[in-house]
Amino acid sequence: MDKPYTLFEKIWAAHVVAQEPDSPAVLYIDLHLVHEVTSPQAFDGLRRRGAKARRPDRTFATMDHGIPTTPRDLPIADPLAAKQIAQLEKNAEDFGIPLYGIRNLPDKQGIVHVIGPELGLTQPGMTIVCGDSHTSTHGAFGALAFGIGTSEVEMVLATQCLLQRRPRTMRVRVDGRLQRGVGAKDVILGLVAKYGIGAGTGHVFEYTGPAIRALSMEERMTVCNMSIEGGARAGLIAPDETTFGYMAGREFAPQGAAWDKAVARWRALATDDGALYDAEISLDADGLEPMITYGTNPGMGMKITGRVPDPDRVADLSARNALAKALAYMGLQPDQALLGHPIDVVFIGSCTNGRIADLRQAAGVLKGRTVSPRVRALVVPGSAQVKRQAEQEGLDRIFKAAGCEWREAGCSMCIAMNGDELAPGQYAVSTSNRNFEGRQGKGGRTFLASPLTAAASAVAGAVADVRALI
Amino acid sequence: MKFTAFTSQLVPLPSENVDTDQIIPARFLKVTDKKGLGDNLFADWRYDSDGAPKPEFILNQPEMRGRHILLAGDNFGCGSSREHAPWALVGYGFRAVISTSFADIFRNNSLKNGLLPIVVDPDTHQQLFSLVQEDPGAALAVDLAAQTITLPDGRPVPFPIDGFSKTCLLNGVDEIGYVLNMSDKIEAYEAARGW
Repeated sequence: MDKPYTLFEKIWAAHVVAQEPDSPAVLYIDLHLVHEVTSPQAFDGLRRRGAKARRPDRTFATMDHGIPTTPRDLPIADPLAAKQIAQLEKNAEDFGIPLYGIRNLPDKQGIVHVIGPELGLTQPGMTIVCGDSHTSTHGAFGALAFGIGTSEVEMVLATQCLLQRRPRTMRVRVDGRLQRGVGAKDVILGLVAKYGIGAGTGHVFEYTGPAIRALSMEERMTVCNMSIEGGARAGLIAPDETTFGYMAGREFAPQGAAWDKAVARWRALATDDGALYDAEISLDADGLEPMITYGTNPGMGMKITGRVPDPDRVADLSARNALAKALAYMGLQPDQALLGHPIDVVFIGSCTNGRIADLRQAAGVLKGRTVSPRVRALVVPGSAQVKRQAEQEGLDRIFKAAGCEWREAGCSMCIAMNGDELAPGQYAVSTSNRNFEGRQGKGGRTFLASPLTAAASAVAGAVADVRALI
Repeated sequence: MKFTAFTSQLVPLPSENVDTDQIIPARFLKVTDKKGLGDNLFADWRYDSDGAPKPEFILNQPEMRGRHILLAGDNFGCGSSREHAPWALVGYGFRAVISTSFADIFRNNSLKNGLLPIVVDPDTHQQLFSLVQEDPGAALAVDLAAQTITLPDGRPVPFPIDGFSKTCLLNGVDEIGYVLNMSDKIEAYEAARGW
């Protein structure tokens, strides 16, 4: 019998262009996604060396990080953001790269990790990179997808390749079945809380097990999206019927006979029986509850019914100091419950939870209910297509009737570069991916949670357990 | 630029899991070049809401000026892929960061900007923090060619680095140029895949 291989090993082996001894592999990149914030210096580099973009046909650009989510006919108030956006438009034009921007093909603009899959650009077995750490999202399709820095963006533009050392593999097994009110966001927050934010360093996760198989594509993207929050640059899920069902008929997906051939090839990508991983971790879906973070990194999370841990009971000195510092920043006390903790803002959106399925979940909770008068609730679709779809389904009317702001697509308050931000001291329940100090605005305090929890908390005006509402 | 050996005192920053949002907050990413990022290194820890330096933050202590080595806590540089983080560290004047571990993307980005990520074991890490506490003026010699940091008592401590990155740093290799020179291999790969 042939040697069994993991999904990762199969993709890696198929993309090595050259491998000199004692050197990193030259790895071919099938799809390069570009956005306005991490690319300007890379295009400048190309110009300085007089290089072209080697494969503009495998490169796609959008704008998401810095763009306002206010109506598109308003001018961009921030001159720095406006300059970056204009620079991307010029770079895309000069180098012949397709751009889904606010002036070019705006119907398809959106967060880079939302539009790749929805356009059918993201496909199983590919190598995919972008100057953004949440590129791990695309691993939900069984693609090896990871974030890169701007120097690497320049390298991929110039050569369509990257110099990469082969990472190790870590199997992440999720057994059992998710309970009512518990979703993909709770899986990944639960995992990162259990193993810490550095557990995956040097590794690629592969998520396996019945609880993963049962997830929709949108849910799988939520899980893979936050692989980086567990330290892993990439997270993979083997493609299956769910994957093919999501992809069929999308703009850039193969069609007709080419589709059948592609599906046959994609089916063979799954990890072979008996293939070995370098490490393995696991999570029990049956015991999982809605999760929420209390601290200043995504690993500082707990069951929503839990109590904030006490630094005095943490043995390791630096972990104790980190926890004490986090609680001071968050304005929380040891042993405090978070349920009922007042909040100022709810943010529903981002590359983690800004897809149509996420908005449907939130709308399901908000339908016929009202957002607490003390709360500002922003709903920011992940893409223009998601926005249109939501409006066709009437979700926008549910959100607006409940008292939410219904915005244009972008990263918005996840990274708070575009004017959507928390004021110092404010508390937010956010469906995004990072609760770092100042991430959602200088001095702002973030509780990360699922769209269901965010919606329930918007109604309560405080951290709330959605299971009481559904 | 070639990475040369140097000796410097240390800036101790013991917090673990320092993320790239702390190294350079997102609002400073709205740039189209690399200039001036060093001024905003650790901006929210370094300046108050009026933009005045917070005297208690380590970088604002006068004796820390001109130091080129950051002694950082575990898992330094986690979070976002922004290369603005090493640009800000280099822009400020750092040439090496010492920790027990670095996040993958940050480490890659650092190596491409002449910023040396030095991994030491937990005991050495603790010793270095104790050393700076006892003698804030203690200096280390960093020698990439020898792959050592040398303590004030003359004891060399080896550190790991892969041979390719070491060669690139020491010789100032343009990695993009290196791969551009492989264009026949890339073409052959594309042809073989019909890509």
